[in-house]
Amino acid sequence: MNLMTAFVAALLNSFDIGILLFIIASGLTIVFGVLGILNFAHGALYMAGAYFLLTLMGTVGMPFWVGVLIAPLGVALLAVLIERFLLRRIYHRHPSFGLLLTFALLLIIDDAVRLIWGSGYHIVEPPQLLRGAASLFGVTYPLYSFFTIGMGILIGIAVWLIFHRTRIGKTVRAAALDPEMAQAVGINVPIVLTVVFGFGAWLAALGGALAAPMRTLGPAMGDTIIIESFIVVVIGGLGSFPGALFGALILGGIHGFGGRWLAEWNIVLPYIGMALVLLWRPEGLMGRR
Amino acid sequence: MRKKIQLGVLLLLAVVLVLLPKVSPFFIVFVATEILILGLFATSFNLMFGYCGLLSFGHGAFFGTGAYVAGLLLQHLQWDFIWVLAVAPLAAAVGATLIGWLCVRLNEVYFSMLTLAFGMMVFAIAHQWRSVTGGSDGLAGFPLTEVGIGLDIVLANPFHFYYLTLLIVALSLAAIYLLTISPFGLILRAMRENTERVAFAGIPANRYRLYGFILSGLFSGLAGALFATFSRVAVPEMSHWTQSAEPILMTILGGSQYFFGPLAGAAVFLGLKTLITSYTSEWMIYLGVILLGMVLFLPKGIFGLLERWLGGRT
Repeated sequence: MNLMTAFVAALLNSFDIGILLFIIASGLTIVFGVLGILNFAHGALYMAGAYFLLTLMGTVGMPFWVGVLIAPLGVALLAVLIERFLLRRIYHRHPSFGLLLTFALLLIIDDAVRLIWGSGYHIVEPPQLLRGAASLFGVTYPLYSFFTIGMGILIGIAVWLIFHRTRIGKTVRAAALDPEMAQAVGINVPIVLTVVFGFGAWLAALGGALAAPMRTLGPAMGDTIIIESFIVVVIGGLGSFPGALFGALILGGIHGFGGRWLAEWNIVLPYIGMALVLLWRPEGLMGRR
Repeated sequence: MRKKIQLGVLLLLAVVLVLLPKVSPFFIVFVATEILILGLFATSFNLMFGYCGLLSFGHGAFFGTGAYVAGLLLQHLQWDFIWVLAVAPLAAAVGATLIGWLCVRLNEVYFSMLTLAFGMMVFAIAHQWRSVTGGSDGLAGFPLTEVGIGLDIVLANPFHFYYLTLLIVALSLAAIYLLTISPFGLILRAMRENTERVAFAGIPANRYRLYGFILSGLFSGLAGALFATFSRVAVPEMSHWTQSAEPILMTILGGSQYFFGPLAGAAVFLGLKTLITSYTSEWMIYLGVILLGMVLFLPKGIFGLLERWLGGRT
């Protein structure tokens, strides 16, 4: 394999990992930006998305395409209940309570998954249409990865358009900027918060459902993702949507290129990258103090 | 009056702890040793949380560092135990200096994220660096040495080890307590209330946070070294976030605003753990539900509840 194909392969790996991380981390960053809550259970919701899809396809017998639409909605519904009955009670408290509460949820969801689906590993088959591989610049790569990269880009554009070009987006941004003022001009802020939390969970679960055919499902799959999402938002700047994109692509690049040329260092490289960004810009690349 | 009651309870506790091995079966002594070690771990965690207002999700990093350094020193160099106990916490403090230097400059939420991430970095290193750490098997079967400085203590004897642990934990808690009532401790507490104001008063807030973090890491490392000797292994899981979660849960259970909250929380936590794991292996879900209930309804922990019942502080 010459340098050119190796480079293309590493680049594809970077995008494959990076775009998926972007979908997930953007949910985390949006929830923080609007609710001021850092959701520790975000990785657990990602995992729930993958397991919901597993059950919808396996036990219920739905085709992949239907399951991938419904599983994240199921998780979003769960998140709406969490927001209404639990999260809402602690908005006025010290930020540490938000962390503790979502941490408790992480413990509960993690073990609930273990109770329901067992601690073994599961596999979700990709749909017939997306099996096999395609070739790009002499590199053969799984067709399904091209699909997730494309989906990620589409979702990213759609989310950006919703937030910046629609009335809903304006409403949400108003509620985030100044909840009291927004309430005074007739925005129902509590509902906005519920919807945004549900939407963030939907993004996490969609990431999980899309990742399911590429990765093995296991009870620890949410742990790695929440750490990676944290690294992404620290690099990009917590609360910044473009920051999530940059952070995810940088972390994807670290995995894609580091995994190929610095394999022994691969496990510490993301942390070193994060430390470097912190030294240079403590608030993240796109963050504001 | 209040002071007298507190002192009385403390004396009573000391008497009970000293007499415990004379009157109770081996199993209780075993659990008590674990409570003391993890109570020290939780108390040092609370130096950051309760006093500085910074919630660390990565203290397992320092616990694990202490455990591994102790394991390595015993395995390769067979130092007298007293020197192992001196060096292992220092190694953890060096780790805390590096990690803390990056973490304390940012606000609460960032601090929590970063400590979690760096804690998992230590876990990943312990897991991957096979030639030194033994990979996922960890270090096991290291010999137990003499204690040194002429003390006639056999580490392998659980009763001896209990008394040694009791002595070290009592001395450490006394040291931490003196720290918290010193001017340094007052600055930490002031920062919990309002970091900005402290900074305006001309105090380099971040530097004080870092000092607090280093001390917290030092005592966590000491707890880790004791725990490795107690359990005779050092494994990567000791720096995993599930380990970092334990002092958090203990502190919330006991009450983060009380010096002895984390220690009491450790006792309740391990009591619950022993009880629940005898019925089911899915103990985390119970833990999650308990934490949820505490956060929502009893944010001041068991001590807060006691205080309300006894009609103390308003």
